[in-house]
Amino acid sequence: MNIVVLIKQVPDTTDVKIDPETNTLKREGVESIINPFDMYAIEEALRVRERLGEGEVVVISMGPPQAEEALKEAISMGCDKAILLSDRKFAGSDTWATSYTLSRAIKKLGDCQLIFCGKQASDGDTAQVGPGVSTHLDIPQVTYVKKIEKLDKNSATVERMTEEGYDIIETPLPALFTVVKEINEPRLPSLKGKMKAKKAEIAVWTAEDLGCDESKIGLDGSPTRVVKIFTPPPREGGRILEGEPEDKAKELAVLVKEAILG
Amino acid sequence: MPAIQVINDKCTGCTLCVKVCPFGAITMEDKKAVIDLAKCTLCGACVDACKFDAIILEKKEEKAVDLSAYKDVWVFCEQKKGKVQSVAFELLGKGRELADKLGVNLCGIVLGDKMEDACKEVIARGADKVYLVDSPKLGTYQDDPYTRVLTELTAKYKPEVVLCGATTIGRSLISRVAIRLDAGLTADCTGLDIDPKERLLLQTRPAFGGNIMATIIAPNNRPQMSTVRHKVMKEADPDPSRKGEIIKEEFPEDAFASRSKVIDVVEEIEETINLAEADIIVSGGRGVGSKENFDIIRELALSLNAAVGASRSAVDADWIPYSHQVGQTGKTVCPKIYIACGISGQIQHLIGMKSSDIIVAINKDPEAPIFSVATYGIVDDLFKVVPRLTEHFKSTLK
Repeated sequence: MNIVVLIKQVPDTTDVKIDPETNTLKREGVESIINPFDMYAIEEALRVRERLGEGEVVVISMGPPQAEEALKEAISMGCDKAILLSDRKFAGSDTWATSYTLSRAIKKLGDCQLIFCGKQASDGDTAQVGPGVSTHLDIPQVTYVKKIEKLDKNSATVERMTEEGYDIIETPLPALFTVVKEINEPRLPSLKGKMKAKKAEIAVWTAEDLGCDESKIGLDGSPTRVVKIFTPPPREGGRILEGEPEDKAKELAVLVKEAILG
Repeated sequence: MPAIQVINDKCTGCTLCVKVCPFGAITMEDKKAVIDLAKCTLCGACVDACKFDAIILEKKEEKAVDLSAYKDVWVFCEQKKGKVQSVAFELLGKGRELADKLGVNLCGIVLGDKMEDACKEVIARGADKVYLVDSPKLGTYQDDPYTRVLTELTAKYKPEVVLCGATTIGRSLISRVAIRLDAGLTADCTGLDIDPKERLLLQTRPAFGGNIMATIIAPNNRPQMSTVRHKVMKEADPDPSRKGEIIKEEFPEDAFASRSKVIDVVEEIEETINLAEADIIVSGGRGVGSKENFDIIRELALSLNAAVGASRSAVDADWIPYSHQVGQTGKTVCPKIYIACGISGQIQHLIGMKSSDIIVAINKDPEAPIFSVATYGIVDDLFKVVPRLTEHFKSTLK
């Protein structure tokens, strides 16, 4: 039985600097990391394997060749196998085409009872790929999972975080879960894991390997197009209040009250 | 042949494309632009920027879909316990504007149990028509029946635009519907407009971590679908005298079948005002210094009837629970007034709050990035300023 984790390599935004001249992100020197939300997905998959006492955790990512690093990190945490979906034909994929491509990989892999994803990626923030994959596979999904209450090979009871609290949901497996930060505390890679990651061979699957319908991948398979990219207008120049703390507090209080009362 | 190419004869070496590339994929070699295909995502920013038509992005001829068969603007009106959520009223406000520009009807879509009265409110908020699917099985949101019903309704009536709140429910549902319909879906739009000539929905959203805005279209697929976060658009004012039509749609019982089952809905009472709903937020960051010191932030919030927010470093230090975190990995907020105390303003915090109407920054470091977004700034020790501010509000805001 396979427990699949879908991960994405993203730029580490704690590191991001803005180029003051062009007002765009400086990508040089910015480290790539596993999408922070995906770390919880990896951890939960490992815990499920421990809980069931069987199964292999297979981590899959779609991206350029350098996304191999992210997959190796997942192996160092304890994942059994990693697959990179990489092909120039995948470039320009939006969430529709990405979820199609990922779903093809899961179909090819086969024998999969559970799929974990982070609730969203920190660079795109769409939260669309997880639900997209479950729809392409036509399996149930539970989004924003914060706890797995019960689990066996055929069903699970989980808590889904909502704006007001949480829902308790029972679902048959196979199913796809997207997870939130509250679900666990991701482990650090062990020394043994790091050694294993170093030696690990990462399988690379192309569009052809996946038997993709070429009209459904990459730019051609993506209904959305970016037509314009621009820097948001900077906020109107702010005002720094001057004087002693007492004066400044007083002036600010007046300004805030004006704003409240409109 | 790669999908993107530089035509060397046309390239003048002006470097405009190098500057606009969000991925740093373009360099100049011998005064000609060279695109690193391993970094390029085919986003097209350079094509747009090039004044000499020297970069071409090849797209295959699209499948012929009869776009003219699609009309009307739809708003999915999320309900919980029979109550239409305010994000739907915000979308009806924007939807009205879009429908008027397109010269079509604005329609509300309501799925739930005993929702007839709620439909009247949807009309009062601007809808010309409401499509209602009423069943005890739709009282609580479940992925399968909601996906099936919304997909089938959309396929039947062919709206050209579908808007949905970027809520837990909305994001789970609409992503599934978009896949089923082969439709383009753009998440978390902050701006929506119409290109009247092409009848295209222009969807603008923050991209690549929020420093850049991208305008996105779905030129060849219908409907054009977007989600919008709560509090981003202005709520439509109700007009009880508005007239509209409620159309009840019948579905066979098996349409409501669900593989997963909601066993229980648990509400956790929030001790404080819901952050996302708050009109005023007082936030504390690393500068607050300790768990105990957070009380002065809470007191200021109390004096203003505001919610309490926090930066990631304050949450990571365990001074305040994660539910208060504002920013990229926390909540996105858009209050009227955001008061940041002892927050330096790392980019991921700014992403979560920079669309607030008024931002106040109190920080002793004049170089803190928070001042670059602040409407009003105070460069001083927060422990000297905040308690005084609290006193002022206590004595005058009664």
